[in-house]
Amino acid sequence: MTAIGGGMLDAERIRKDFPIFERTPHGKRLVYLDSANTSQKPRQVIDAVTDFYERHNANLYRAVYELAEEATARFEEARARLARFIGAPDPSCLVFNRGTTESVNLVAHGYGRKFLREGDEILLSDLEHHSNVVPWQFCAQATGAKLRFISLDEEGRLDLANLDGLITERTKVVAVTGQSNVIGTMPPIRRLADAAHAVGAVIVVDGAQLVPHNRVDVVELDIDFLTISGHKMLGPTASGGLYGKREVLDRMDPFLGGGEMIMEVHRDHSTFKDPPHRFEAGTMNIAQEIGLVAAIDYLEDIGMDSVRAHEKDLTRYAIDRLLDVGATVFGSHDAESRGGAVSFWFRDIHPHDMAQVLDQEGVCVRPGHHCAQILMRCLGVPATTRASFYVYNTQEDVDALIEALGKVEAFFGSR
Amino acid sequence: MALDELYKEVILDHYKTPRNKRGLPGAEVSCKKNNPLCGDEITIRAHLSDGRVQEIAFEGQGCSISQASASMLTEAVDGKSVTEAAALAEKFRGMMEGKVEPEEDVFGDLVALRGVVKYPVRIKCAVLAWDVLQEALAGATTSARH
Repeated sequence: MTAIGGGMLDAERIRKDFPIFERTPHGKRLVYLDSANTSQKPRQVIDAVTDFYERHNANLYRAVYELAEEATARFEEARARLARFIGAPDPSCLVFNRGTTESVNLVAHGYGRKFLREGDEILLSDLEHHSNVVPWQFCAQATGAKLRFISLDEEGRLDLANLDGLITERTKVVAVTGQSNVIGTMPPIRRLADAAHAVGAVIVVDGAQLVPHNRVDVVELDIDFLTISGHKMLGPTASGGLYGKREVLDRMDPFLGGGEMIMEVHRDHSTFKDPPHRFEAGTMNIAQEIGLVAAIDYLEDIGMDSVRAHEKDLTRYAIDRLLDVGATVFGSHDAESRGGAVSFWFRDIHPHDMAQVLDQEGVCVRPGHHCAQILMRCLGVPATTRASFYVYNTQEDVDALIEALGKVEAFFGSR
Repeated sequence: MALDELYKEVILDHYKTPRNKRGLPGAEVSCKKNNPLCGDEITIRAHLSDGRVQEIAFEGQGCSISQASASMLTEAVDGKSVTEAAALAEKFRGMMEGKVEPEEDVFGDLVALRGVVKYPVRIKCAVLAWDVLQEALAGATTSARH
């Protein structure tokens, strides 16, 4: 099969870099359509992690021997690399941690609990993943602040008709996804950032899906916080972190306490380092963040614009084919303006039953509520089946999904 | 094909034409639960008298395994004493944990759900209705004491 779209990206060739595609589940070609959940890893990333453990492994900062200096240097190079990837002005704006969940918790704790008071408002949206809801509920309970939600229009876009009524003098935090993990909606981040800043609020962007699939520049978007999940962008699990504007990070309380985040520890109090180290307690995810560098190199070799173009083509193709066979596709059908998480409902067959049959055909999709129960209620379904794409997916994968849906229908019939 | 072991004909039959799927006005016991994993939802209602299940019905939505299990449950438990029903629930749970060999005469159609044991993620789906039943019956026992 030839590359589609801009012709810049050869997914069949890319596929060969990913050892997992040598697997043949149930004797079938592995059709991995669950990258919104976690991405597969290219040989380059696996090798980088192995190389670190085989040749450079030591803990950071504390030791003076050669290995430790190498490990520290590589870890700090990784920080600079990830910062550059998202357009951050300085590596010190980048806090390493396990990804989006930990990042939102960090902000909700270190910023939210410090600065929010009773009567303040935290504005979320009905699209949000539980990781961008639950930490804010904790924060609201602790501070007396109130949660509000931006509702959605028919196509699953944020309803911003009444933006002035949503973002007011009471708003202190606006926390929204950059790209829905369920229906691909991409909210207008710069517009929300400007509205938030106009009232002195900060904007937190859940970048779990945005960053792996788009060129992102935090300065252009003028966002205060961006969360990054490395495992969704070809990197190791528990890699990634939090971008924060340095002047905002400077004002924040620590999140986790422990070794390496302190300046001085006394019996009755401690003092803390400057960001980013203030937010990095204990032994870090060293090998993971170093592996993430290889993932960023891999993505930038392809080019993020090509990544996006490729996914747009696949998303368009998948939506068209799903509609052709009579599936309901949730959210916008316009691939230009949305990301590549495609949730659908087919012939009233429950997503769990569907996913089980698809598995037999080597097709990996995600059934369920996708950690977005609020959105499921808006869509009026208990669960959806979701197909999501990345650089290694091809039209052939979409064809395999559609063909397998035929088998699902034959198996369960119409009710 | 391995799928046939999971989705036996009798399961699909209960799924497509569920038994005793209706409301039960005036039911003495009623309990509802859901499975957060996949949004399965089951309500069981029953008329009890003289320590027996006189009539039982369910309502719900969800995957074929959860709904078929609920349908089979209503058939298996109808007319049994509360003690027998609770014992069957325990046996069913044992089968899903791979600890109990199902006896055909006690289990009836329920034997078909044995194939689910090989699909750990789906065991919760099969057991949901039985969780609901056990809680409903426990409620009945408690209120009977008062």
